[in-house]
Amino acid sequence: MKNAIEALNLTKFYGEILAVDHISFEVREAEIFGFLGPNGAGKTTTIRILTGLSRPTSGVAQVLGYDVVSEIVEAKKHIGVVPEISNLYDELSAFKNLLFMAQLYGIPRSQRKARAEELLKAFGLYERKDHLFGTLSRGMKRALTIAAALIHNPKLVFLDEPTVGLDVVAARSLRNLISNLRYQGVTIFLTTHYLEEADHLCDRIAIIVNGRILKIDTPEMLKAIAEERPIIEISFKKASSRIIEELPRRLPELKIVATNHNKVRIYGGTPSSVLEKVLQYAKSEGNEIDKVNSVKPSLEDAFIKITGLSPTIMAVEKGGK
Amino acid sequence: MWRDELRGIFYIALKDMRTYYLKPPSISWGIVFPFAWILAFYLRNPQNFEQLVPGLIAMTILFSTTAAEAVVINFELRLGSLERLLLAPISMSAVLLGKVIGGTIFGLIMTVAVTLGSMVALGLFNISVLYLALIIVSSLLVFSSLGALLCVLVKEVFEAQTLLNLPRFIMVFLCGVVYPVSAMPLALQYIAYLLPLTYTVEGLRQSFSPNPSAVIFVDALVLIIFFTLFILPATKLLQRKFM
Repeated sequence: MKNAIEALNLTKFYGEILAVDHISFEVREAEIFGFLGPNGAGKTTTIRILTGLSRPTSGVAQVLGYDVVSEIVEAKKHIGVVPEISNLYDELSAFKNLLFMAQLYGIPRSQRKARAEELLKAFGLYERKDHLFGTLSRGMKRALTIAAALIHNPKLVFLDEPTVGLDVVAARSLRNLISNLRYQGVTIFLTTHYLEEADHLCDRIAIIVNGRILKIDTPEMLKAIAEERPIIEISFKKASSRIIEELPRRLPELKIVATNHNKVRIYGGTPSSVLEKVLQYAKSEGNEIDKVNSVKPSLEDAFIKITGLSPTIMAVEKGGK
Repeated sequence: MWRDELRGIFYIALKDMRTYYLKPPSISWGIVFPFAWILAFYLRNPQNFEQLVPGLIAMTILFSTTAAEAVVINFELRLGSLERLLLAPISMSAVLLGKVIGGTIFGLIMTVAVTLGSMVALGLFNISVLYLALIIVSSLLVFSSLGALLCVLVKEVFEAQTLLNLPRFIMVFLCGVVYPVSAMPLALQYIAYLLPLTYTVEGLRQSFSPNPSAVIFVDALVLIIFFTLFILPATKLLQRKFM
């Protein structure tokens, strides 16, 4: 299988700030490759370098066999990019936006209209073809932005945080669209800070934190890393912020993560000894154990183990919300 | 390759015409402002108004092109849609040139309207049309690229208009739009000849005179040099902004 993207020691400084730190990876043809990391990890910077919007400070990268610095104009003929912001033209209709993209990408005049209509139908926007982009809902704008990126039948599509800000239904429908693209043979490079999204969509995932790739593997293999130690989820009857303050002091050898105010996940140890110690703690606090579950590790668990970060950091939206 | 570039320039300019020409800043700074100035000068001195025509055409070129650049560049910088163009398979120079041509065409429409209106209203038919076209087109490119150069420095349309006002007003007062350059103190004359609008006004005056001299070709040449001096750093600045 050939590689659609090859990056070797890519590094990017913005002034004194190191945004991407010597990252190397390959993306195979027709796979969905996820770049998973918290905000500020370097995901968007990597996409900007690979799509020619930014130059690497050092390192090299090829996209579809073209160098991203010296041959980027040629590479752009075969790649589609969906930026994080839906940045089509508010003053043009859905149809005219697609037509403009078709003109810009050199699609023959005889095919432009048909291609634009085909995409509008595929994305369920045909009824809105004459509506101005500025008047469409956020989900529709996102869908049209993806349609615009596909106007020239690209072999490789970059999707930067495609579902940020979408409601659950719109996000699910977009994920289905992304899956369908892969079945059509399109390679997808996806950045996300949603663990679940990466788990469901991606064939392989690179976990990136502070500009460095910590691990690249399939979601299953990443989860297997977390499976090395047992995970027990315990729910207490009374919710209290003291649970997450006190329990780690009582069980210092184990990793304990609060999933909410009355629920914790405990990683490692033998289930019987863990349970015994937690029971003692609950009694001493006048609390009771409500439920105990043995948990199959999720990508979130793998993320915690690999990065050492709290999963709450991934719930922070851009802009700190 | 060059075909892709030309296609990109053409469609970017066409899209800008459709999208931005009727935006409020284009209308206020690019249409209303030059017309208000023309009206003010006419009401002040209707008898000798034909002497002011070259200066007023020059001012129309200056304001309409720079106002259009602020709109076609800064609206897109603010909304992030300029990045959309930079993702297309054309060079950054082609994207900027598309923007400059977009401003040039807006300026051309305005300038043709003012020129034809002045000619018809004042009976100024004894002019050198080819010379006039040469000076107008080269000036439109100069001030459109000057607009692009300054507009890529800031993000918001109002910031761009404010920044543009500095060279606009310096040029309006020093370049012979209202007072002939030759009537100004020597020091100001030296400054005037460092500014492109001086060559526009001079070239336009030559075009409107019954016997235009070869100076008009010098004016056109200087204007082409100014165009190069503005467009090259504008492309570099845009590159630096994104790279």
